[in-house]
Amino acid sequence: MERNDDNWLLRVRNLTKIYGEANENTLALTGPMFNSNICPETDSIVACAGIDFDLYPGEVLGIVGESGSGKSTVVKLLYFDMEQTVGAAWLKPYNDGLINILSESNQKKRFIRNHLMGMVYQNPRDGLNFRFSSGGNIAEKLIMAGNMHVGHIRERASDLLNKTEVPVQRMDDRPSSFSGGMQQRVQISKAIANNPPLLFLDEVTTGLDVSVQARVLDLIRELQQDLGIAMIVVSHDLSVIRMLTDRTMVMKNGRIVESGLTDQILQDPQHEYSQLLVSSLL
Amino acid sequence: MVENKKYVNKYNFAFIDEATKKEIRRKLLKAVAIPGYQVPYSSPEMPISRGWGTGGLHVTLAIIGKADVFKIIDQGSDASVNACNLREFVHMMTNCKTTFDTREATLIQTRHRVTEEELNENQIYIYQVPQPEPLRGVERYENKTRQMHGEADYAKMWVSLYEQIVRHGDIMLGAGYPVKVNDRYIMAPSPIPKWDCPNINQSKALHLFGAGREKRLYAVPPYTKVEPLEFEDIKFHPEDFTTRTCFKTGYNKAYLDELYFDDGTRHFVINDSNFLDKMVNNEPIKQHSNKYLSELKNGAE
Repeated sequence: MERNDDNWLLRVRNLTKIYGEANENTLALTGPMFNSNICPETDSIVACAGIDFDLYPGEVLGIVGESGSGKSTVVKLLYFDMEQTVGAAWLKPYNDGLINILSESNQKKRFIRNHLMGMVYQNPRDGLNFRFSSGGNIAEKLIMAGNMHVGHIRERASDLLNKTEVPVQRMDDRPSSFSGGMQQRVQISKAIANNPPLLFLDEVTTGLDVSVQARVLDLIRELQQDLGIAMIVVSHDLSVIRMLTDRTMVMKNGRIVESGLTDQILQDPQHEYSQLLVSSLL
Repeated sequence: MVENKKYVNKYNFAFIDEATKKEIRRKLLKAVAIPGYQVPYSSPEMPISRGWGTGGLHVTLAIIGKADVFKIIDQGSDASVNACNLREFVHMMTNCKTTFDTREATLIQTRHRVTEEELNENQIYIYQVPQPEPLRGVERYENKTRQMHGEADYAKMWVSLYEQIVRHGDIMLGAGYPVKVNDRYIMAPSPIPKWDCPNINQSKALHLFGAGREKRLYAVPPYTKVEPLEFEDIKFHPEDFTTRTCFKTGYNKAYLDELYFDDGTRHFVINDSNFLDKMVNNEPIKQHSNKYLSELKNGAE
């Protein structure tokens, strides 16, 4: 698809999250140049600042960086798990991208979350309700989108579990009795239940063993190709980024230090931190 | 000694002082204005402990007037302990006329039942509510449930119903079946049996709910839509008495109690005592009408 100024799916401008009380020097005194995200004057913590990017339909964008660099904060802000300090985001399918989704009411935000977004967390406990069965977890997402027919809900849930290779016989079991990889796949089923145009993946394979990692990544790539979902993949693992993404942003101390095509960044990193990151790839 | 001539009675009319009554009435007005919304209120001290019907008593005493005729039932019965004691208390404090007759009463306080006889526009129906929060089973934190109500975020409630259907084949809620009021709030209709839920829908009477221990009031105004939660394919249904009949009247289009006699035999009897008395004495009765009741056939006929 051709990319121009008009056909973006998600547009993010100046997304910033600061914990504590900042003053006018906070942003100037933190960041990769100072190798710190703690303001020396106010002790406020800049989780991320000045994040600008556009995401296009069907595109997979990677965010890579060390832990504490603010990459998870970015997706959590965009999925409304946290509230931004400043910044704006527009989502094309919502009101034709004319309204800043971050300033909408909670009710509208929930509508956007349920109809237009999906999220897969690193820890399945964040994304799944362990007191409900795995089918119930998927049902929650479908019910929130207005599906009130038990038969249809169960059909859709078993389709999704099939697609993500979770045995359908285990639909009515609680995710607590599942293995880590299965829990992650149930989480993915839930996230894509309403065919969202946008999916956030926050360190999905961290904590899984290598063979399961490979299968989960395979699954995500398949889904991406079959359904054409745009994704933002957060990872500290460059091999995940290489396998999944078209474009990558490198973050350090809450700022984007470099962004570009994934291949380009891996072959020819410009920023010294990206160089360090690539050279430490095993 | 100067004799106190100002205060002839030991207590204010209807026990509660006027300022507190005013507060409760104002909260009730708010509750009526937002059907199904739980309004916090003061829940003042009563000579009975909280959780023993204080909520219903607060509402009754705040709105009762000298001309009111008071009826109180406990699980359908005018004669059970809770009803008798509270009736005597209200009578002592107001000197109002009390009655067993559902039609004669203007103010009916209840514990866990709606009368079988239809209510009219001049009546106010008051519930004693132990747990006003229908979402408590799925969310334990009050600040969360209030937010969920505020945003009409009821997915968790629906998923818990879905889970019950998956696990047991049906929605396993008997008393206190959650209802949606006026297409907005999900409300706990106090633990009335499922049988009674359709009778609140478009009722001619004003329904007021008081939860004394939890300090909440809520209301269903007359002619308000009250729908039990149901899925498109799995519907709400009241208790099924088609194979049983009241052993005194042979009737089964009313909520039945199960009785064991001394010889070990099992019988069923109409739960609503005033309704039963009227049936036995062949007095004219106008029962509630709802779509579930009209589908039923009387086994005795």
